[in-house]
Amino acid sequence: MTEIPKEEYVLKCTSACAGCPSSLILRYVLKAAGPDTVLVVPACCTSVIQGIYPNTALNVPVYNVAFASAAACASGMTEAFQKAGKKTNVIVYAGDGGTVDIGIQALSGAFERETDFLYICYDNEAYGNTGMQRSGSTPIGARTTTTPGGKTHAKKDLDAIVDAHNPSYLATACASYPLDLFKKVQKALSLRGSKFIHVLAPCPPGWRFSSEMTVEMGKLAVKSGLWILYEREFGKVTINGPSKAAMIKPVPLEDYLSGQGRFKGIDQKAIDALKSQSELRAKHLQKEADGIC
Amino acid sequence: MLTIATGNKAVAAAVKELSPDVIAAYPITPQTEIVEQIAEYVTSKELDSRYIPVESEHSAMAACIGASITGARTFTATSSHGLLYMHEMVNWAAGARLPIVMANVNRALGPGWNVWAEHTDAFQERDTGWLQVYVSTVQEAYDTTLMAFRIAEHADVLLPVMVNLDGFLLSHSMQSLDTLKPGDFVPPLHLPHAIDVANPAGYGTLTGPEEHFKFRWEIEQSMRRSRKVIAETEKDFADRFGRSYSVAEEYRFEDADVAVIAMGTLGKEAEVAVDLLRNEGVKAGSLRVRWLRPFPDLDLAGRDIVVIDRDYSFGSGGIIAHSLMARSRIEPYSVIAGLGGQEVTYDDIAGFVRDRRPGSELWFGVSGNV
Ligand SMILES: Cc1ncc(C[n+]2csc(CCOP(=O)(O)OP(=O)(O)O)c2C)c(N)n1
Ligand code: SF4
Ligand SMILES: [Mg+2]
Repeated sequence: MTEIPKEEYVLKCTSACAGCPSSLILRYVLKAAGPDTVLVVPACCTSVIQGIYPNTALNVPVYNVAFASAAACASGMTEAFQKAGKKTNVIVYAGDGGTVDIGIQALSGAFERETDFLYICYDNEAYGNTGMQRSGSTPIGARTTTTPGGKTHAKKDLDAIVDAHNPSYLATACASYPLDLFKKVQKALSLRGSKFIHVLAPCPPGWRFSSEMTVEMGKLAVKSGLWILYEREFGKVTINGPSKAAMIKPVPLEDYLSGQGRFKGIDQKAIDALKSQSELRAKHLQKEADGIC
Repeated sequence: MLTIATGNKAVAAAVKELSPDVIAAYPITPQTEIVEQIAEYVTSKELDSRYIPVESEHSAMAACIGASITGARTFTATSSHGLLYMHEMVNWAAGARLPIVMANVNRALGPGWNVWAEHTDAFQERDTGWLQVYVSTVQEAYDTTLMAFRIAEHADVLLPVMVNLDGFLLSHSMQSLDTLKPGDFVPPLHLPHAIDVANPAGYGTLTGPEEHFKFRWEIEQSMRRSRKVIAETEKDFADRFGRSYSVAEEYRFEDADVAVIAMGTLGKEAEVAVDLLRNEGVKAGSLRVRWLRPFPDLDLAGRDIVVIDRDYSFGSGGIIAHSLMARSRIEPYSVIAGLGGQEVTYDDIAGFVRDRRPGSELWFGVSGNV
């Protein structure tokens, strides 16, 4: 049984919303990474969660940088630590907007250069910091303040984009499965090169569900098969337990959608698109896991 | 129609009246409400614009440029880091002579993150060839946005215009707003250099020093001509709709022995300070500079001048103070105040006037006179 350290690096004074997945994810990320870690954080909810100067709610150094620049800044930091003979973990902790939209150029560059760092994208599927506008990671059919009629385009396949860079490690995770997340962070940090973890972050105000439901909502995402937990190491895909079960016997996607205000009034076409996308993804991953592609 | 609105909503409402063909924008506090309101208008079909929810501000301005060069009317809105992130394209828009209108909600720059009012963001774009105007009320935000399209698209100008409003202090303040039907106040856009497949041309082709230099001079000539276009537009606006504006709004200025010069909401606050001082027997007045580019020629001789800058050029000084020193040959009392959203009240402003030391500089609340 994996022991999760008792040390807390996310202190009890964040300014996160009640039920915030971002601080929950970060809690386990930092427990896995330990104190010899620097976080690089672009503009996102996590810029706010830290609290207001001169205080900070995080007990590791946090370097806050401009929205588009996290992976590039982390590249510089990584090289400098290595030049100085230090083994400090450099972890980018970025939102989906800072990853799939404005930050994607910097991300791509860092992964192409095989920068020895870990990039974590916590995906609440919108721009939380600025009050929930659409991002490239917002799923089709979801209402945001800039898609008041529901988003008409599909969520970007971030994992496929990152995978095209041949990272040393790529995994998905979900705020509702902290042990799985913890192990993945530990594994990632044990490897050299560019590592990437994409974590689903069910966000109560953004997705419009009540704040005690964060964990439940993440579980429904996984159990319905919409979010698949897997890891890809040395080209080999492993589908993780909860998603294996979901592939055999998923809960209805409607259970996941109906619990969230953002999907209110979603039309059948968008639901079908969500279903076919997740089925297609599952099929591909299954094939890869079985080694037949 | 009389209603109440925030500064952001007023800008969006003006944009709706002029129905740009293409709008590309990206959210950022405290501008986001403009983007959201426009998305709402487009979704509800109240506004027939192509709305592109781009992935960054660099792309927002690039998309506006691509649209504008086809002859389309275009609009975007941003703030602070968003404006700086699009800097390369901001410069491009002016160089390419594209009459894009942009609302910029003035906000401080990091680090550390600060979402409150400061003018440094737009001031950093002051040398790009954009016209820049600063407003102080919700009504003025609305009226000026309407005028901005006409000025930008005027054949004698054909330069982009940035309408600036103070973050939160104006962007999120609720005030009364009288909306109007602009009719033919803003004529249809005719871009003489619009892309035309029947008449193929190279745009932005490699250009040698001589031609490059000439193009820069043409920008400056248009800037100079824009003074007249601004004056005509403001006059026609007043004739048609009954609200008058000028490049710099005077308040009890004529007979003043001492005048406060400021921009945006601070310029409005200064008017209250003037009343306070007049009651004390001080012959005070104020001038609220609306247009930063082209910078106005002001006759300030014969009185003490207190300039409030909500900005700074490190190693040089307050940017309005320095512009006035250069253009109007005065020796003002330069007050640096309100950075990062610092609260500056009319009492504070009256204090600057009472304690003025022409020729020196004060960082309000931070340092003594230096
Ligand atoms: C260049 C620039 N543009 C826009 C912003 C405003 N901004 C700050 S955070 C943010 C959205 C962040 O979204 P995401 O990366 O998904 O993180 P979340 O807030 O959801 O945690 C935006 C638009 C900015 N800080 N800088
Ligand atoms: S908006 Fe969502 S992700 Fe952001 S702080 Fe609130 S709960 Fe956390
Ligand atoms: Mg997000």
